[in-house]
Amino acid sequence: MANDDIDRANDFALKIGTVNGTGSASANAMLMQAIFRMGVPVSGKNLFPSNIQGLPTWYEIRVNKHGHLARTPDFDIMVAMNAETYQRDIEEVVSGGYVIYDSTRPLDPDILRDDVTFLGIPFADMCVENFKGARVRILMKNIAYVGALAAFLELDVDLIREMLAEKFAAKQKLIDSNMQAISLGYDYARENFECPLPVHMEPMDATSDSVILTGNTAAALGCVYAGATVGAWYPITPATSIMDAFKEFCGRFRKDPETGKNLYCIVQAEDELAAIGMVIGASWCGARAFTNTSGPGLSLMSEFLGLAYYAEVPAVVFDVQRTGPSTGMPTRTQQGDLFTVIYASHGDTKHIALFPADPEECFYFAVSAFDIAERFQTPVFVVSDLDIGMNDWMVPRLEWDEGYTPDRGKVLTAEDLEAVEEFHRYEDVDGDAIPYRTLPGVHPKGAYFTRGAGHDKYGGYTEDAEAYKEVVDRIARKIESAAAAVPEPEVRMAIDAPFGLVTIGACRGAALEALEQLEADGIEISYMRVRGFPFHPSVAQFINDHEITFVVEQNRDGQLLKLLTVETWAGKDKMTSVKYYGGLPLSAHHVVQGVTEALEKAGRLPAGKA
Amino acid sequence: MSYITKPEVRHPALEENALGLTRRDYEGAMSTLCAGCGHDSVTAAIVQAFFELEIPPHRAAKMSGIGCSSKTPAYFMNESHGFNGVHGRMPAIATGANAANRDLVYLGISGDGDSLSIGLGQLCHAIRRNVNMLYVLENNGVYGLTKGQFSASADVGSVSKRGEVNRHGPINPVPLALTLGATFVARSFSGDKKQLVPILKAGLTHKGFAMVDVISPCVTFNDHEGSTKSYAHTRTHNFEVVQTDFVPLMTEITAEQDRGDTTAVTMHDGSTVMFRRVAEDYDPTDREAALSYLRASQAKGEVATGLLYLEESGADMHACENTVDRPLVDVPFGDLCPGSAALEELQKEWR
Ligand SMILES: Cc1ncc(C[n+]2csc(CCOP(=O)(O)OP(=O)(O)O)c2C)c(N)n1
Ligand code: SF4
Ligand SMILES: [Mg+2]
Repeated sequence: MANDDIDRANDFALKIGTVNGTGSASANAMLMQAIFRMGVPVSGKNLFPSNIQGLPTWYEIRVNKHGHLARTPDFDIMVAMNAETYQRDIEEVVSGGYVIYDSTRPLDPDILRDDVTFLGIPFADMCVENFKGARVRILMKNIAYVGALAAFLELDVDLIREMLAEKFAAKQKLIDSNMQAISLGYDYARENFECPLPVHMEPMDATSDSVILTGNTAAALGCVYAGATVGAWYPITPATSIMDAFKEFCGRFRKDPETGKNLYCIVQAEDELAAIGMVIGASWCGARAFTNTSGPGLSLMSEFLGLAYYAEVPAVVFDVQRTGPSTGMPTRTQQGDLFTVIYASHGDTKHIALFPADPEECFYFAVSAFDIAERFQTPVFVVSDLDIGMNDWMVPRLEWDEGYTPDRGKVLTAEDLEAVEEFHRYEDVDGDAIPYRTLPGVHPKGAYFTRGAGHDKYGGYTEDAEAYKEVVDRIARKIESAAAAVPEPEVRMAIDAPFGLVTIGACRGAALEALEQLEADGIEISYMRVRGFPFHPSVAQFINDHEITFVVEQNRDGQLLKLLTVETWAGKDKMTSVKYYGGLPLSAHHVVQGVTEALEKAGRLPAGKA
Repeated sequence: MSYITKPEVRHPALEENALGLTRRDYEGAMSTLCAGCGHDSVTAAIVQAFFELEIPPHRAAKMSGIGCSSKTPAYFMNESHGFNGVHGRMPAIATGANAANRDLVYLGISGDGDSLSIGLGQLCHAIRRNVNMLYVLENNGVYGLTKGQFSASADVGSVSKRGEVNRHGPINPVPLALTLGATFVARSFSGDKKQLVPILKAGLTHKGFAMVDVISPCVTFNDHEGSTKSYAHTRTHNFEVVQTDFVPLMTEITAEQDRGDTTAVTMHDGSTVMFRRVAEDYDPTDREAALSYLRASQAKGEVATGLLYLEESGADMHACENTVDRPLVDVPFGDLCPGSAALEELQKEWR
């Protein structure tokens, strides 16, 4: 909470309300970048409508010297640039906070509050006076609020100038006009108000080993580094930017040096059924292939995913979750696809999944996903969400191990085939439940018939109970054995803590921040984040070792808790659900509140906290 | 469907192709379709076409959906990889496979249910992308495998075995493909191997999507009187619009093939397709004219057959996507991964 008595340097949140399609994104990005370059940990969350132009949109920036970068709903500063949302925007500011607004037109006295400070700047008037053309004026209004914030927050203006020079390179005119807009806001703020505000910036050195990027960009880059050559997809928010980024990276890194032709093939399919079908076809031929989708697309892919599971064809699927069911809220986040992913398709199916928490893991898990898919000859899901995929995260600089060689799994070469007597596609030759695979076109002896129909271990059609069971039982063992191949859980043990917390994906930041707050209140909780399915054996042990384990996730039905109940030997009565599923990224207070309430119910709150 | 291989009895007279392979080497498991099913005749024609084109079986990929027709890839070319996918979605698998390895010969087998109902969208989009493959639509007017329901290709007035009369207009794959811009469109009859084999060979040689609609009667559910997809009806209404001869590369065009009324189209690989006009003024290289001719012929109740349209200059999917000439599966990892220095450089933009 804002409090004038406390030094609020490098620990605050601000929110900017604008209209969709007015070009505020680049102004907000500039703001983020300036904070980041001052060495202070920062995150940016884009709250956008499912709309192209005209509806309200917000950008939230959290600055936190301790590195707590989960969403917080406590905004110290509101930059209210959209008159339509003034009322709700003003309501959202914490007591003692600030509202920066366009004073070209007066605020409706009914929406004023006396516990916040209003800082009016005539942005529209200033831009009309100084710039020509409606579009330019609208754009420059955005840059001007960055200028005002530079004064209020004490952002380094030289740094902003430097950033503009980088961005517009040789276009001096653009640099000048942007700098002029910055100065308009900056000067007005300095001349009319006391600057800086108690909430402000101070240079630090906590970002030099980091970068800012989205999970979708990172995932796409992972695909490039993993050597994926075929991408098939159908556009859907919030997954689209994976293929957009893949295309852009391929344009840079995947041109044949001799011919200039593409060392990749991206197919925009007619729908998600076709997209996953193409991935299966390409993987069957030996390419590393992937698709990116979200809930509705995932539902459509179901039949094909069962085919890939049963016929044992690798496939990599990025599911960037959004709020369901059905079309749901396409521009809001959720973790509601866990069941759909794990059990996609009819019959006994079960899929391998990786659960990244942030863009850094999106990159590394993307690479692992291809290795695991080819090793286990089955679909592998990278389950991220809108928050990870589309928001701006500060993460450690990515590194690439030059020693990496792709794990192509058990694929027989022409020489291998020449040497064997006979090849049988689904035979468990090595006793590891993984059969050998051949690629079309390699050798006549490698030929087999891939089918989703009942087949025996030789690949032949069967309706025989035993022959059928032999294959599906082996597949079950194969998938089970992948528990050792998926990323291990992330664990932070609190010594002798009676309680545990298990979480997943993007909940990480909010959960860790909450645990710090709870610890300050004398509540010790150990932390575990599952990072893959099938669950690592340590997950059940962790739950068993604590009296109560809070399962923190972002869906209504407690899907992770239910999966833990069904897919591990952990006792259901040991787990308590802590859920948030309203579509915004999880905040620490959701977790603190959920845990506190549960402890209170259980009569386990420390004295004085109840 | 069983997986018994036929007894290998080598007939001394069994002719060998240039690869030293006999027709037998292009065969597959024993068919489990009903005796007399048109699909088995199509299988035989496919065996002959591949044998005569001297395609190494392991360099071909047999793709199919679900249906009696889609089962047939098990009955030919044992040494080819086969992929019997899900109902109506073979085009997607074939498209992905082709994207990954453009050097294989792709043969897709489908039925009228598989292609014109559940898979209509995928068929249209494979045509639109001009995926380099031969697509054989074994058309019997019914869903054979699910026991004889009308399919979307059933003609108005055609009577089912149970006596129901079909009232819905058919989706006719030939004008459909022509309208969508297909670069190779043919119709044939499973009972006319002489016509079908050269068409299949031309289709396999064509660079781009080659669609062959083969009327292939279902003896069990749609071969009775009142059916417009029966053997008898097809025989009496079949009208060969244009005769096709396929002349492989390095082969002399004979005088018999080159009579005054023929047109030759040179295929991508240098082989030749010879057209001999049977219907007056029919031009198999003029899309608009072909379409209007075929519409009129359909209205008359004719089953127009032959290689009805051919355009060899179209850009296939890889040409449109500007992919490298070699298969993507053959590109070594080192050429695909940008490496650590590039990663470091790239990340400067994210600071
Ligand atoms: C998703 C799905 N729905 C329904 C079926 C049942 N089914 C199997 S084959 C078939 C129709 C096949 O008809 P066609 O393609 O004309 O093949 P034919 O048997 O006539 O050769 C249907 C509906 C299925 N396999 N999958
Ligand atoms: S049911 Fe019809 S289509 Fe199927 S095998 Fe028998 S004859 Fe052929
Ligand atoms: Mg049929």
